[in-house]
Amino acid sequence: MKFYFKNIIILLLITILLFPLVAMNGFAQSDLTVGLVFDIGGKGDKSFNDSASRGLGWAAQDFGIKRIELEPGADADREVNVRNLASIGYNLIIGVGFLFEDSIGPASDDFPNTKFAIVDGIVLGKPNVTSLSFAEHEGSFLVGMIAGLKALQDGKDTVGYVGGMNVPLIQKFEAGYKAGVKYAYPDCKILSAYAGDTPTAFADPVKGKELALSQYDNGAYVIYHASGLTGAGVYEAAKERKRYVIGVDSNQNYLGHIEETGENFGLTSMLKQVDVSVYLTIKSILEGTFEPGIRLFDLATTVVINDVEYNGVGYALDNYNKDLITDEMIQKVEEAKAKIIKGEIEVPHEI
Amino acid sequence: MAQYLIEMKDISKTFPLVKANDKVNFSVKKGEIHALVGENGAGKSTLMSILYGLYQADEGEIFIDGQKTNIYNPNIAIENKIGMVHQHFMLVPPLTVAENVILGMEPRRNYFFIDLKKAASDIKELSEKYGFKIDPWAKIEDVSVGIQQRVEIIKVLYRGAEILILDEPTAVLTPQEVEELFKILKSLKGQGKTIVFITHKLNEVMALSDRVTVMRDGKMVGTKVTSQTNTSEIATLMVGREVLLTTSKAEQTIGKTVLRLEKVNAFNQHKYHVLKDISLTVKEGQILGIAGVEGNGQTELVEVITGLKPISGGKMYLYEKDITGLSPRKLRELHIAHIPEDRRKRGFIADYSVAENLVLGSHYKSPFVKGCFLNPPEIRGYANKLIKDYDIRPAVKENLLKSLSGGNQQKVIVARELEREPNLLIAAQPTRGLDVGSIEFVHKQILKERSKGKAILLISAELDEILSLSDEIAVIYEGKIVEIMVNKNIDRGKLGLLMTGVHK
Amino acid sequence: MNRDKSKKSNLFFSIIERITPIIAIIGALFIGSIVILLMGEDPIQVYKMMFGLAIGNRDGWGNVLFRATPLIFTGLAVAFAFRCGLFNIGGEGQVYVGAFLAAYIGFTFAKLPAILLIPITIAASALGGALWAALPGFLKAKKGIHEVIITIMMNWIATSLTFYLVLVYKAPPTEEMRLAGVPQMIPHTSEIAEAARLPRIAPLLSKINISFPSHNPLNISFFLAIIVAILVYYILWKTSLGYEIRAVGYNSAAAEYAGISIAKNIILAMMISGALAGLVGTNEVMGYKFRWRQELFLGLGFNGIAVALLGKNHPLGVVLAAILFGTLSYGGALVNIYTAGKIPRELIMVIQAVIVILVVISDEIIKRLILRRKTE
Repeated sequence: MKFYFKNIIILLLITILLFPLVAMNGFAQSDLTVGLVFDIGGKGDKSFNDSASRGLGWAAQDFGIKRIELEPGADADREVNVRNLASIGYNLIIGVGFLFEDSIGPASDDFPNTKFAIVDGIVLGKPNVTSLSFAEHEGSFLVGMIAGLKALQDGKDTVGYVGGMNVPLIQKFEAGYKAGVKYAYPDCKILSAYAGDTPTAFADPVKGKELALSQYDNGAYVIYHASGLTGAGVYEAAKERKRYVIGVDSNQNYLGHIEETGENFGLTSMLKQVDVSVYLTIKSILEGTFEPGIRLFDLATTVVINDVEYNGVGYALDNYNKDLITDEMIQKVEEAKAKIIKGEIEVPHEI
Repeated sequence: MAQYLIEMKDISKTFPLVKANDKVNFSVKKGEIHALVGENGAGKSTLMSILYGLYQADEGEIFIDGQKTNIYNPNIAIENKIGMVHQHFMLVPPLTVAENVILGMEPRRNYFFIDLKKAASDIKELSEKYGFKIDPWAKIEDVSVGIQQRVEIIKVLYRGAEILILDEPTAVLTPQEVEELFKILKSLKGQGKTIVFITHKLNEVMALSDRVTVMRDGKMVGTKVTSQTNTSEIATLMVGREVLLTTSKAEQTIGKTVLRLEKVNAFNQHKYHVLKDISLTVKEGQILGIAGVEGNGQTELVEVITGLKPISGGKMYLYEKDITGLSPRKLRELHIAHIPEDRRKRGFIADYSVAENLVLGSHYKSPFVKGCFLNPPEIRGYANKLIKDYDIRPAVKENLLKSLSGGNQQKVIVARELEREPNLLIAAQPTRGLDVGSIEFVHKQILKERSKGKAILLISAELDEILSLSDEIAVIYEGKIVEIMVNKNIDRGKLGLLMTGVHK
Repeated sequence: MNRDKSKKSNLFFSIIERITPIIAIIGALFIGSIVILLMGEDPIQVYKMMFGLAIGNRDGWGNVLFRATPLIFTGLAVAFAFRCGLFNIGGEGQVYVGAFLAAYIGFTFAKLPAILLIPITIAASALGGALWAALPGFLKAKKGIHEVIITIMMNWIATSLTFYLVLVYKAPPTEEMRLAGVPQMIPHTSEIAEAARLPRIAPLLSKINISFPSHNPLNISFFLAIIVAILVYYILWKTSLGYEIRAVGYNSAAAEYAGISIAKNIILAMMISGALAGLVGTNEVMGYKFRWRQELFLGLGFNGIAVALLGKNHPLGVVLAAILFGTLSYGGALVNIYTAGKIPRELIMVIQAVIVILVVISDEIIKRLILRRKTE
């Protein structure tokens, strides 16, 4: 017994001494190298890109993969980044955003042994490309319901929507949101605006604030933004006008918190688990289950990562908004969620 | 007390590869008005800039009141009671006279507030003492150039200057303003101030100065007591050869009417009626001089005749053919030549070479173009010929025009315009800002055209120029021709009165 | 005054004046190396890597020249207008419109043979830019409205107009996308016809047994850009049109005096400038992606201003400056990858910006030196 005890102490000492090394290399070891190339807006958008980066971080922690994150500048940089990462020997290259469609497409032919993933974009017919797609309209439907229920509860008659770049992808958010609002509160008026027609519309907080202020001043009680970095302006406007705002992609509830007064205006956030999709894609390669084609993440998708359960899309509940949303509201939303999964409610994805 | 208030001994100054002053000796007596003359580029401004501490001399010494003084910046000069009025004013247009005068040495009240009232009363006092007639509260942008110059002089006096250096003070002034300035300078002298003024106008030297120093090519060529010399002696010193100062005109037979204006009217961009029913004729072999104080419609008259300004009423005829409303190019093609009043603004393209400027306006015509391409050999040959014929210096056709002296720039313009074989030559302020040699050249060329039987319209602010060249003189006042007279035994006083709007 | 000596000093200053861009580039690289040092990297290694990757091999050169091509066009556009005294900052909009018209012709007249379709499509891209620049030119010439304001406005209009058009003429979904039931994510037009495409350099080089990666985007359009630069030189300095345009630019009052129509030359110069910008379509649409998509052109018009400034508004300078910017852009992207993200791409933007600032500063200093020398 003593012998064992001594041995255990020695073992423990060795473990503690080696811990930094082990921690640096991750708990599990893997030779997989993953390159992640961001969308416009880049790292630090507190939304879409950060979510992808978070997923990569999880994978690094769990599987010990080697990773690199790049921000493209010129349009041609996308292809240059993708190609060079492939030629250096990265095993998986993830392009965040639909703009990677025409860079990953051709590059995948030249590097048949490299795996590619594209978030939000669709590249079909390539054996080594998976397209990670999200049912944003379903998540938007749920936050739309929350917006509608909140307005109904407080006796207001208008909610708003601020989109980034006016493209089909972002219109999908709007379509689901509008359907959700109407489902919960059929008489509610919905204001809608887009920040622009170019990718910079996802990185224009000034424009976002301007649009949000005008919607709030026209009676909007809650605004849902699907506009990347532009949304920072929407949050500013919300705090200025003391009205509610719904975040997008990541949990942005904390952005609606006012430190001085302790008030919260982040009603909820539509969660689009890009992080989950990135994590799962990396995992699938390690497990040898990589599949080309479209991989859809929706309400029905259920995954557990590090003891937390995620859906493909959803809505955020946390300490910041727990006083804003009643149990009754949550119950109604959960009922609708079940119906969507069963196919009893069909959420439109076009306006 | 030293014999001289200022003595500059053996001053030399070399700029990157140019010797601007070469062992110059220059001295000024207390209480005199000393004229410093020389052609453009003779080194006058450099010498004065050294005295004022803007430049350091490479060699030589400066004595002030017998004391050797090292003036290495303008503050030292100001301490030694030397003040300089530059040719280009350094005033802030939106500020008042008083504010401009005190700029940089504001009198304080309670250590913090600017005491403008005190400044204004000081300025008022100075103004009355020397006859400046200046309102300290007027804004610079609202007052005339002449007044602005007085503000510059007051600025210098306010800083306690006893020695005033004026760099070409009359270049920007009208004849009336020049007279006013001279009165002021004489009154300053009467109060014991010492004045050095730089000029190249000989009549000013004679009218104002006590002594005169002449510079040429960076060297001092002589100092004379003004009353013991004359203009031709000074001119000869300046140019280095004899100069014809008075132009002799041969008799010339007058031919057909070339240009006829009939009740021409025009408005400026502010919708101000600037030409009112102008009628005049210019005939072959005749010089018609337009006399008038600047700003009375001369500029607009020339622009209307050359098509640069739209005519709003009346008719113009060239050889009795209606030319009203033709474009500048059409008019030039009818052989109307034009020496513009502001040569920097309109006369040439500073960044084009001499050759390119010599074909300006004919650049689109054979032989200077072939198809749509320029024809460099023809242009070069033409340029070489004109450079030789008109003695343009330096004789390098590739030089950019901006690198030439004012006189040579004007030669380029004169060469270009006269080579076009004009029927009508419009010469507006043809000698403005030129040195004696160049003035002589331009006058000769104008008279040569007259002797060839060309019609010439001469516009000048220099009354002497008008009187010495014109056959007939038309006086313009506030956009109207108030009198046309034959240039014979004209009373200058009467002409002056007409120019200022006083009728017979 | 000693004429001989002063001539020598003129020469000295004129040489200095011409090489200010080189001084600026060296200065910018120096400042960049301080930034790299602060990041804890070895500047020499970083620069070696950057230039080595960008211009140390054929693939790199291809990419650099490919990136330089649109900048040559937009740089020439800015330089040309500048020679007429105009500041055309509407390159962005002229690029959009010119390139869109090229794409439109390219996919609409798909039946035409290449020998007809290629020249027509090139002409269309120039025409689109020219038309877009004509209005600012006209308003400047006839009403005196400042071209900077109008061209900025025209940029916005072009952005929205082309965006509307791209939705009208958007590519139909592919068979796979229809089956998968997903909409088209990127708004882009259909691809232009094979016959409207400019050949890439790679297959041409492989015919003469020079190895060159087939994915390299360098295409014939680069040579078109060089030819256009030579053409611009000839127009500006060898024709009477260029003589008039430059005369108006240097001194419009003197030009007017000499019978040169200011209005005509302003409109012409703006249209030629717009046409030059529009030609970007030959590279991005006819030679690269074969379709119109807004992101392809982002910032090209504005970068053209920097290129023209650095190139001293001279065609040769513009070409060299564009190649430098292409090198920095491509090399910067690669350094970012090969240092595993340690050296960010923004470093290159810093260097580019510093070059431009230093050119402006050193020009100003030289100007003052010359001025001081002249105030004899």
